[in-house]
Amino acid sequence: MSARNRELVGLIPASLLVTAGFAGVFIQRSNALSNVSLTYGAIFLGLCLVGHLVIRATLPYADPYMFPLVALLASFGIVMIYRIDTIAARQQAQWFVLGLILFAATIIAFRDYRKLERYRYTIAAVSLVLLVLPRVPGLGDQVNGAYLGIHIPGVFVFQPTEFAKIGFVIFLASYLRDTRQVLVLGARRILGVTIPPLKHFGPVLVIWGLAMLILFLLHDVGSSLMFYGALLSTLYVATSRVSFVVVGLVAFGLGAWYIGSHVPHINARVQEWLHPLTPSYYSGRNPAQISSYQLANSMFAQAAGGMFGQGFGQATLTIPGTHSFLLPAPSTDMIYAVITDELGLFGAAAVLIAYLMLIARGFKTAILARDSFSTLLAAGLSSVLALQVFVIVGGVTRVIPLTGVTLPFISYGGSSIIANLVLLALLLLVSDRARRPVLA
Amino acid sequence: MNAPIARVFALFIVLFGLLLVWTSRWTVFDSKALQTNPLNARTVIDQEKIDTGKLLAADGTVLAKSVPGPDHTFSRTYPTGSLFAQPVGYSYVKTGQDAGLELSDGDYLRGVQTGINAIIGQLGGSTQVGDNVYTTLDPKAQRLAYQLLAGRAGSVVALDPRTGAVRAMASLPSYDDNNLKAPCNLPGCSQLNSASQAHDVAGSTFKIVTTVAGIDSGKFTPTSVVNGNSPRLVSGFPLANDGNTSWGPQTLTVALTNSINTIFAQVAEQVGRPTMTEYMKRFGFYSKPPIDLPPGELVASRPYSLINGKPYAPGSPNEDIGRIGIGQGGLLVTPLQMAMVAAAVANGGRLMAPHLTDRVVNADGQTVVQVKPTLYSQVMKPSTAQAVSQMMRNVVEEGTGQAANLGGLTVAGKTGTASIGTTGSNLTEPWFIGFAPVQNPRIVVAVTIDRTQGQFGGTVAAPIAAAIMKLILSEPNG
Repeated sequence: MSARNRELVGLIPASLLVTAGFAGVFIQRSNALSNVSLTYGAIFLGLCLVGHLVIRATLPYADPYMFPLVALLASFGIVMIYRIDTIAARQQAQWFVLGLILFAATIIAFRDYRKLERYRYTIAAVSLVLLVLPRVPGLGDQVNGAYLGIHIPGVFVFQPTEFAKIGFVIFLASYLRDTRQVLVLGARRILGVTIPPLKHFGPVLVIWGLAMLILFLLHDVGSSLMFYGALLSTLYVATSRVSFVVVGLVAFGLGAWYIGSHVPHINARVQEWLHPLTPSYYSGRNPAQISSYQLANSMFAQAAGGMFGQGFGQATLTIPGTHSFLLPAPSTDMIYAVITDELGLFGAAAVLIAYLMLIARGFKTAILARDSFSTLLAAGLSSVLALQVFVIVGGVTRVIPLTGVTLPFISYGGSSIIANLVLLALLLLVSDRARRPVLA
Repeated sequence: MNAPIARVFALFIVLFGLLLVWTSRWTVFDSKALQTNPLNARTVIDQEKIDTGKLLAADGTVLAKSVPGPDHTFSRTYPTGSLFAQPVGYSYVKTGQDAGLELSDGDYLRGVQTGINAIIGQLGGSTQVGDNVYTTLDPKAQRLAYQLLAGRAGSVVALDPRTGAVRAMASLPSYDDNNLKAPCNLPGCSQLNSASQAHDVAGSTFKIVTTVAGIDSGKFTPTSVVNGNSPRLVSGFPLANDGNTSWGPQTLTVALTNSINTIFAQVAEQVGRPTMTEYMKRFGFYSKPPIDLPPGELVASRPYSLINGKPYAPGSPNEDIGRIGIGQGGLLVTPLQMAMVAAAVANGGRLMAPHLTDRVVNADGQTVVQVKPTLYSQVMKPSTAQAVSQMMRNVVEEGTGQAANLGGLTVAGKTGTASIGTTGSNLTEPWFIGFAPVQNPRIVVAVTIDRTQGQFGGTVAAPIAAAIMKLILSEPNG
């Protein structure tokens, strides 16, 4: 079977999930299957098919599993969002259309993605601007003490970090392709620690500074962790030097500790994480304005789900008689908790395994790639994706302090779905080149 | 660069493993603790979604039912309101307030599954459906009790001595269980169920206990003669009869008929503290009444120290057993306890545990639980009960309880008029406890009115008791 046919067959699980999910929600709402709702499912599957046809036409050798895995994750998302808020589900479908257009555009515009290397400083600069935009007065939109988005009135809240992360990885891959040899060979060993030459390590330090800036200016622990983690993993892939990673982690730790103890918002997030069930934190009535309501309710939602979950459409989402959510942000930051509530530990594990399989395909692509830039790009993109999942799921499950980043392909949100589809396009581009048969 | 890539991927596998471990902490290992955490509003919301069953009177009158609210939730409403508020109580899930039978029968009403059914129910994901609970309460008797209390603070308890089934439990002040914040039209409006929570001075009704202890212990008979002169030193202080009448030598029967204080103080002293304590315990004193109301709504009837207000340990040498023997000496009781005293005599010495819950009926109309009468204690020999019954019949026929002597109905009883408040205040606590018909008692009634201006049990409480007995005995299943 050809790669593309395998991809087509791979879409079956996604379609089954969409069918079962929508059916479950309807049965719970105990009204007949209406045409409108069936249309949602059909349109969504139609979109997945369109995506497949785009790949079939343009990237015949690309990895056949990535797109079906993304479709599966997006199916999870659309069903859960529909179940939480029908209007949001329609908007999400619209964003998905726009995302697919940009997905196709990326594939067509960057058939030879290696030309991206030429614009690496431009890309880095644009990414940097994008990152600090939310802090610009009048533009930025502060949510829960963090500056995460740009509010465009009447349209949507644009979340620049989603796009900046791609530009950042492109820059990293391109920069490290050039300097990886020098970083290793030019290094001196002092007291058993490999110290790379400052001249070449400078830009890496700049990125460390950038991560600290994100923390300090945007109060966004999650994005900071995501960007810095992507840096370390790409740096390690490029140089094979564990010491770089160790030094990097120590530097990050020190910086984060210092800033964390000086920015009240970050300190509050840490306290919420450590003591979510303290009544004064839960109620938010404490002088430090620590509010663990969301995290505590995330845990309560997961506890309600148990091993097998309550079933599609069965979880308690709102306080009866009101439209206020028991668990704030159920379709964005907290969607993993809602999935766990409805599908239980097993459903949550399925989601995590789907992500791991997607990430595995990303790293596989990095290994198959025939040039350093491609390898670093694929590894970087896979890492940043994996880190994003870890940051938000880790936050929701209390492994790390909670910060608002989206769950890629599942959470509601235009910026997220579009940016992650572009990220997928880039991975597929690298994969297509890597797997293309070498002509004699 | 392949080896580092593999290692980075391995690291992500570990990180995702952590995510899975933490997810299983909340979903499986800590699930129970999180679900029962008081901060968890889901617990309350899940409860609100249960269609809790009805609470009904014996004749099917609905005392409490669920009405549907928004988003598949239910809330409770009490059609009979203040008429049954005391025993029925209330259940407000949202604010976590519950009381009365609504609390003590809560598991039945919510249909809480136990044992194997609970496991099967969980697997099937079936929604919880509440059962209906029938009580032993009689709305006609309850309504009459309130009519006769006529706005005065006090309590009426009526029960079947053969089974312990409570037919009426009415207390004033009452409240509206539909609206706990509503101002009520009585001074001292209270959710306190006086029938089971009051601290009333028992007065002469307690002489029944002393009489039972005296006769059943073999130290006295109904014809034993004791000197009834007044006053008489008891525990070092003079004790007087009503009107300071000196009765001279009298039989116990005459003493009970005329409620002669000095005679019963001597009986109690001669029976002795240990034996008195033993009989009091058999009647239920020193313990919370064995009734199916929440423990927080029950108080034990027992003597309290007049010096520091603390309850005496049973049989404490500080107890003034002579005065306790006539229902004074710091003895504070509930109307329910005094009804139990009469019930033990009425039922041949076998005191049945009082109960309000009769049966639990599921959604299919099947009776899933039938409350069976249970023996609380064998208080006295049947012969003692027989003798004391006759003495109590005498009280009504020719003594202080003549107001309860109804034509065609043989009522037996004992009055009480306890002096309360400071000396010379003229405040009294009138009482009547009794049963009918004397040969085969089917109903026991205890009545007390709080803090009257010098009124007597025989004139105020006895007619109320008689009217309620008459009503209940006239009913087909009375």
